[in-house]
Formats: sequence, structure tokens, C-alpha cells
Amino acid sequence: MSDTLLRLEHVDVGFATDDGTVSAVSDVSLSVSEGEIFGLVGESGCGKTTLAMAAMGLLPANASVRGSVRFQGQELVGLGPDDFRRLRGDRISMVFQDPMTSLDPAFSIGEQVSETITAHRDVSKKHARDRALALLAGVGIPEPERRYEDAPHRLSGGMRQRVVIATALANEPALLLADEPTTALDVTIQSQVLDLLRDLRHRLRTTIVLITHDLGVIAQICDRVGVMYAGQLVETATVAEIFRAPRHPYTQALLAALPTQDQVPGTLRVIPGRVPNLADPPPGCRFASRCPFVMEVCTTVPPLAHETADHLIACWLSEATREAGRPTGAATGGAA
Amino acid sequence: MSVAVANPPTRTIWRRGILASPKGRVGFAILVALVAIAVFAPLIAPHDPNAIDASRILGPPDLAHPFGTDDLGRDVLSRVIFAYRVSLGVAVGSTLLAFLVGVPLGLYAGYHGGWVDTLIMRPIDMVLALPALLLAVALIAIIGPGSNVALLAIAVIYMPILARVIRSSTLVVASQTYIEAARARGTPSRRIITRHVLPNAIGPAIVQATILMGFALQIEAALSFLGLGAQPPTSSLGVMLADGRDFLTQAPWLEIFPGVAIAITVLAFTFVGDGLRARLDPRGVTR
Repeated sequence: MSDTLLRLEHVDVGFATDDGTVSAVSDVSLSVSEGEIFGLVGESGCGKTTLAMAAMGLLPANASVRGSVRFQGQELVGLGPDDFRRLRGDRISMVFQDPMTSLDPAFSIGEQVSETITAHRDVSKKHARDRALALLAGVGIPEPERRYEDAPHRLSGGMRQRVVIATALANEPALLLADEPTTALDVTIQSQVLDLLRDLRHRLRTTIVLITHDLGVIAQICDRVGVMYAGQLVETATVAEIFRAPRHPYTQALLAALPTQDQVPGTLRVIPGRVPNLADPPPGCRFASRCPFVMEVCTTVPPLAHETADHLIACWLSEATREAGRPTGAATGGAA
Repeated sequence: MSVAVANPPTRTIWRRGILASPKGRVGFAILVALVAIAVFAPLIAPHDPNAIDASRILGPPDLAHPFGTDDLGRDVLSRVIFAYRVSLGVAVGSTLLAFLVGVPLGLYAGYHGGWVDTLIMRPIDMVLALPALLLAVALIAIIGPGSNVALLAIAVIYMPILARVIRSSTLVVASQTYIEAARARGTPSRRIITRHVLPNAIGPAIVQATILMGFALQIEAALSFLGLGAQPPTSSLGVMLADGRDFLTQAPWLEIFPGVAIAITVLAFTFVGDGLRARLDPRGVTR
């Protein structure tokens, strides 16, 4: 893969609440290369969306971000609200989960696309409209001229998600953050939207970070994948590697929980135990309380270390992690 | 098939709101007629409202004077029409003023939250805590009576109500995904407030303002009845009620017709408001 587009280093995100600070993301380091589709997978509440929102500067006021998020060499942590606004929709865009609620019901779909253009480019209304029409056509909206003035409720879910994607692509962003873009859609539409994303990557060389809890989606279109659990990044590898040889016990459990055809009908495999309370997370590995291989050392945070060039893992079972954790044995450390 | 819980956009209020329900249609038709009467008062009134006729003092309704005549022999129908003009003007003007001030305040407070919200809403809550009529009387005591002062007083009473209504609908709208999506597109926050939050949040405030407009007519009448509103020679429905009180037993038409005018107007506004609420209020029709 080519140059690094997005590099996260030791990112912590905490939310100040009445019950104390909730640690939503803890010490996450990862990098996304230009032109790749990077999948971020994990169960609800594991910090995937929070991570994306941090990169977009869209976290609520009670959130605090530490660490470093570098995008095209620019540091985003601590960036002013106005600089963030200029970045959003222009160089970084986002597609939200539910297309039923992410379009303004009081605006025509065309206006929502052209608004993204006029928010960042000093162009005429006519120019923005023409560009919006081209974008709508580009994401597969039939008869965009006729559809331009349509209110969102006149479109089906799949069509709406295409509009949302057109909006996100309006200024040809370098990075597209897609937060569960297919979760709210039925399976046929899901695969159409995934095809569209894959096609866009080839046509526009857009880098995509795809956030999902659906391993099937990851398998279909991602190049690499990062697995998150309770705010920690536990493993990253190529998609083939993750499915062939998952190393982290959580990743293994997640893959084992996928329903298969020869399963006894009416049963689902689950991971026993519960996600720890992130307002008072356990020290060390947050999966420890549910891990079948838990050891004494697991009360210390395992550093994310290179198992192979493409495969990083944060688990004391791994030789690489033990190696990385040896000099200090402390909570810091991580990917080189 | 829509699953959106937000309020429908303003542009559909007319089509799907007022005119969709029979109640709304009736109310709207009455309102159009009443506004026309107020606007074209000089053309419609059969007599000069101030012409004194000593031969027809306290005359009962007949063909020449359908609403009768008052203690100076003036035509009550013509006087009601002209008084109605003043009363309706005060009612509409005060609500409009309250709307124009209250909506931006509530919108801004609701969207920004935090200390901005506190700074704007606490003083408004304080005004809301005072009894409405007492507030109006106090204001008139400071500035002096007159229909314009009555207008201002009613606006001061209404502004906090409308600010609170728009603030609460703004809180709902601002938490919708499409507002976050607008932020994610880099839309400047001023544009988000005016183009995305306002059109989606304004519905309940419009409903509220419509109903308040009807009641403004009542407050104006009350103030004028107390001698705090319109001052002679200007007449309003409240002034007419106050003047006619002395002749209640001999010439009840002096009280009945201004009273009926107030009742019809309040009813029409309430009908339109209910018609709108059926469509705009998420709780649906409450009565």
C-alpha cells in the first residue's frame, strides 16, 4: 500500500458524565493508507463511532480527546472549530447509519448535495446544481434532473443512502468515514451500496474507513480490518488474515459467533460475560473478564505489537506483545 | 412509510395542515372574512361610526341599523367594524412582534444550550412567572395607556411563551441525525440554524402563535375595558363593552355584538390552531 493518509497515535477519548469520566476509546493507534478500505469492527458501544467522530471534530462538548490524529500530515487533535468545519465535507466526509434520518426532511435531496459544495467552494448556484446532478447520476440515482427537487421521503432507503453518499462525495474528499452505511438497509440494497462504495474507491481513489459490526460486510469489501473491544484496538490485519488466522481471543470469539449453516436451528453462539463498565474499566486488557485464556499478566494493558508486518495484536498470548511489553511492562507502548 | 419523528416542514403546513381538516377550513374561511372586514372597514361600514344622531338614541336593531344605535345615536354595526379593525390590529401585531423576538431567542438558546441557554432563558422564565394581566397593567402604568402600548404589553406577555415553545422543539430537532449530517458536511452553524433547524422546529410555534392571536383579542378587550387600552376617539371592542355596560338592561345590543365579534374571532383562531396542531403537534390532537 502507498502513503499513510490517516494516522492515529495513542488516542484516548473520554466523556465527562455524572458518573465520572467514561473511557470510550483507550490508547488506540492505527494507520490507514491512501486508497484502501479499512474496516473497523466491534460490537455496539466499543468506540468505533466515537473514534470517527473524534476525527471529524463532531464529538459533544463533554468529550475530551488526547493523543494524536494526523490526517494528510495535519494534526487534528486540538484543531479549532472553524478549521474543523472547513475540513468536514471537503477533505473528510461521513456517511451515517440510517439514511431515513440523515437527510433533512425540509430540504430537497438536490439542495442537500449542492449545499455541501457551496459550503466549501465559492461557486454559483447553477454550478453547484450541475455538479450535484452529476454526483446524483454518479451514485446511480435515475433521472437526477427530475429527482433533484424531491423531498427525501419520496425516496426509498437505498436511494436515500445513495444521496447521502453523493453528499459525502461532493467535494471529492480524500477520506470517507462510513459509519454502518448498510446496517439500516435490507440485504439486496446493502450489497448495492457496498458495490457503489467499492466502485467509488476505484473511480475516485477515495480512502474509506468502514465502521460496522457486520463481519460479512468487512469480508466483502475491506482490505484491512481493525477489531475493537470496549474502547481498545485489539487486533489489526488484512481481511484474509483475520478470517484465516485470527489471533486475539476476542476476534476468535467474534468469528466463532457467526451463525453457520450446520448450526443447530434456534441457537446462537455467544461470548459469555458482559462488556465492562467503561466508567470504571478494569485495569489492563478489557476483554480479560470474558477471555477463556485469561492470565495474571492481563491486568496490565497489552501493547499492540507487530506479529507480522501486516498483523498487529494486543494480547499477552502473543510473543510480539510480550516482546513489546517487556522493557517497561507499563501501560504505554504500541505500534511502531 | 416515513419513520421521521420530526415536525413536517413549513412549506407543507398550509397544504396538509390548515386546509386538511374541516375545522381548519371553517376557521380559515372565517378569518379571511374577518381580516377583509378589518382591512376594508371604511368601504363596508354602512354609516360614519362617529356620526351622532340625537333622534335615534339607544335605538334597537332595525334594517337601517342592524346592530342598533348607542347612547349618542351612533350606528353600532359601523362602530363594531371600526373597533374590530383596532382590536384585530393589536392582536395580530402583538403576536407577530412576540413571534419575531421570541423565536430567534428560543432557537438560539435551544441550539447552543449550556450557558447561552441559561443566559437567554432565565430572564424569560422570570417574565413567564409573573401574572400576565398584572404585567400588562404594570407596563401600561409605566408608559401610559393606548392601543400601541397594549400591543407592546401583549407582546411582552407572549414573547416568553413562544420562546419556550420554539426552544423545546429546537432541542428535539437539533438532536436529529440530519442536523449532525449537516455539520458533517461542513455547513456553517449559522446556516444550520436558519436553514435546517428553523424550518423543522417552527411548526409548534406557529400553532401556538395562531391560538395566542385569538386570545390577544381577549386581552386587548380586557385592557380596553379597564380603560388601559385604546383611548378615545379610537375605539376598540373592549372600549365598546366598557361604554355599553351602563345601558346593559335598556340596550343589550351594545354589549352583545362586540362580544360576539370577540367570540367569533377567538373561535376562528382556535379552529385554525387546532387544525394545524392535528398535523404539527407530535402528540396529535389534544382535545
